[in-house]
Amino acid sequence: MPTIGTSQIKLLEKLCNAVSVSGDESEVRKIVLEEVKPYADEVKVDALGSVLVTKKGKGAKRVRVMLDAHMDEVGFMLVAEDGEGTYEFKTIGGIDSRNLAGKQVIVGKDHTPGVIGARPIHLTTYNERKKSMSADSLRIDLGTGGKAKPGDRGTFAPNFRRVGPSLMSKSLDDRLGIATLIELIKSAPANIDLLAAFSVQEEIGLRGAKVAAQYFKPDMAIAIDATPANDLPMQYEGENIFYNTKLGFGPAIYINNSSTIDDPRLVKFLQETAEKSKIPHQIRQPGGGGTDAGAIQKSLAGVPVVSVSVPHRYTHTAMSVSRLDDWKNTFALLYVALKRITPALLKS
Amino acid sequence: MTDILPFLKSLINVSGLSAYEGPAARLIEEKWKPLVDDITLSRLGSLHALKRGHGKGRRPSIMIATHMDAIGLLVTKIEDGFLHVDEIGGIDSRILPGTPVIVHGKQELPGVIVIPPMKTLPENARDDAINLPHLLVDLGLLPSKVASLVRVGDLVSFDTQPVDMAGDIISGHSLDNRASVAALTICLEELKNKLHSWDVWAVATAQEEETLGGAATSAFDLHPDLAIVVDVTFAKGPGASDWQTFPMGKGLTICWGADLHPFLYKKLKELADKLEIPTSMDIVPTHSGTDAHSIQVAREGIPSAVLGIPLRYMHTPVEMVAVKDIQRVGRLMAEFISNLEDDFVSKIVWDEEK
Repeated sequence: MPTIGTSQIKLLEKLCNAVSVSGDESEVRKIVLEEVKPYADEVKVDALGSVLVTKKGKGAKRVRVMLDAHMDEVGFMLVAEDGEGTYEFKTIGGIDSRNLAGKQVIVGKDHTPGVIGARPIHLTTYNERKKSMSADSLRIDLGTGGKAKPGDRGTFAPNFRRVGPSLMSKSLDDRLGIATLIELIKSAPANIDLLAAFSVQEEIGLRGAKVAAQYFKPDMAIAIDATPANDLPMQYEGENIFYNTKLGFGPAIYINNSSTIDDPRLVKFLQETAEKSKIPHQIRQPGGGGTDAGAIQKSLAGVPVVSVSVPHRYTHTAMSVSRLDDWKNTFALLYVALKRITPALLKS
Repeated sequence: MTDILPFLKSLINVSGLSAYEGPAARLIEEKWKPLVDDITLSRLGSLHALKRGHGKGRRPSIMIATHMDAIGLLVTKIEDGFLHVDEIGGIDSRILPGTPVIVHGKQELPGVIVIPPMKTLPENARDDAINLPHLLVDLGLLPSKVASLVRVGDLVSFDTQPVDMAGDIISGHSLDNRASVAALTICLEELKNKLHSWDVWAVATAQEEETLGGAATSAFDLHPDLAIVVDVTFAKGPGASDWQTFPMGKGLTICWGADLHPFLYKKLKELADKLEIPTSMDIVPTHSGTDAHSIQVAREGIPSAVLGIPLRYMHTPVEMVAVKDIQRVGRLMAEFISNLEDDFVSKIVWDEEK
């Protein structure tokens, strides 16, 4: 059985270190195209920039299975120059502005290095330090000779590292999904038509997946994403009953989230597949959050969907943390599940 | 002038927090060894390097003090593999989330400072800034591993990598005050090709960020006739624009205030003007916030001056400084030292004494 090994981790590192902020996913798109072309029957880049890959199976009665992972990540756009090399910016996607100050960033096609600084502590007051800093009050600083222009995008500086059992990097959401989907295309089973959407603009409203689904017209779909693990110790009396997922417990299968009720047949199918194959897995705590499945489910005349995510801590910050084993088991679950899909699955 | 950047980058790639300056001291000692006649470590860990003067008989001495210690954090509590931390030196906790760090446990462990999920925090701690006691360090390791490798009291240093930026700017952590150590290094390099009658004590001081204790004790030990302190000062930039701030890359500052001897201020200013090195007056009415505050009152009192290198985002992991300003400080000090006459000390008088 194919698995996640050194070359897959290398590819993940390359994907994580790329800059691919919602609205301009070109760097990840380039890597995806290079990786999938030798394996695909058809490759199309659509009007929004999503990469749509068809890998046909063999035999009669093949289910058309759409697999989706999003290429975009959260970041910023420069909106005005307001000094020598300093720029006002707007955040793109759900970034908590409390994660911005004191961070290294890169901007533009040339990956110009910059920082988001902050007023020296010596010049702040006690009361000021109790207040969080809004993105509006911060600036991206490229140095006094720094060249960029309003409209350029940027994000947190590349920082991928492997530490013990963990992977640490910016944009693990959703490069883990992208890397998984690339490997699934390379090892696609013959019993289905695999319709892979490397979609754009997930972080700003699930927009790429919506049109990708309308292009593919799939019988069913699986969104492969990264979901928060809030499995940290409590800092007041009580128990952590809202952990969402926990690192080290395997892929997170969704029951529902804020925009989708996952198809009960597909939820059950994934659980049974994991149990039969003894693949560690967990049920993501119901509620909150969202994936491209929300857009896919409601496209066309309706598409049965389910989401599977790799758990990661500190989503949408300069550095998230995932477990390598969770990623391996996510791939394993999907690889085994695809082989088991038959038209009977969708007959209730 | 040799390229100081490789040395400065190596200096801001090591830890060396207050009272634990070893990693920085070792690099500085290696760099200074060929430039001076003698190097020793003080009882508190300051590096004392002597470059003997060319004068005959009892030579007066000048101490150039640049603190080498850095701000950082230390472990206060370990819980389920996560670390609570407290500060060494003044840190605004709002700049910490997402910062890569090294935890100096039984081995060096890379980690990241994080804001925990809101629901794990007390309700009154969730809005606005997250205070330091609620931030955590995640090492990416299993709790049992963390428990075996980390203890309360272990140091946590910033791990942002040095970055070259446009406009001859370098960015990274601990440029406060390794940028000044680099300036002093340039000074020593220039003095190799100059005659100077005074003895020069190049000192990389310990513990400035917490106690000023390194400079105070080194000044006692070395008993110099006068002292110049080099430290970073506030550069103009986002969030900093008032009278206390100076343009980055446009020259150094000379401090003016109670910590500084007005005669030394005047002499440094005159020399800088003569050499066409741009300077600004850095007004520090009382405590200069530098080693000069303790050196001035060492022994029976030591006339002191402070030179400043404008730096953006002081005490963050992404400080920025212009290499040109570092070079200017190094050059001005070398010229000042080589111009010191044997009887300069006797000229340091108050106007009323004349």
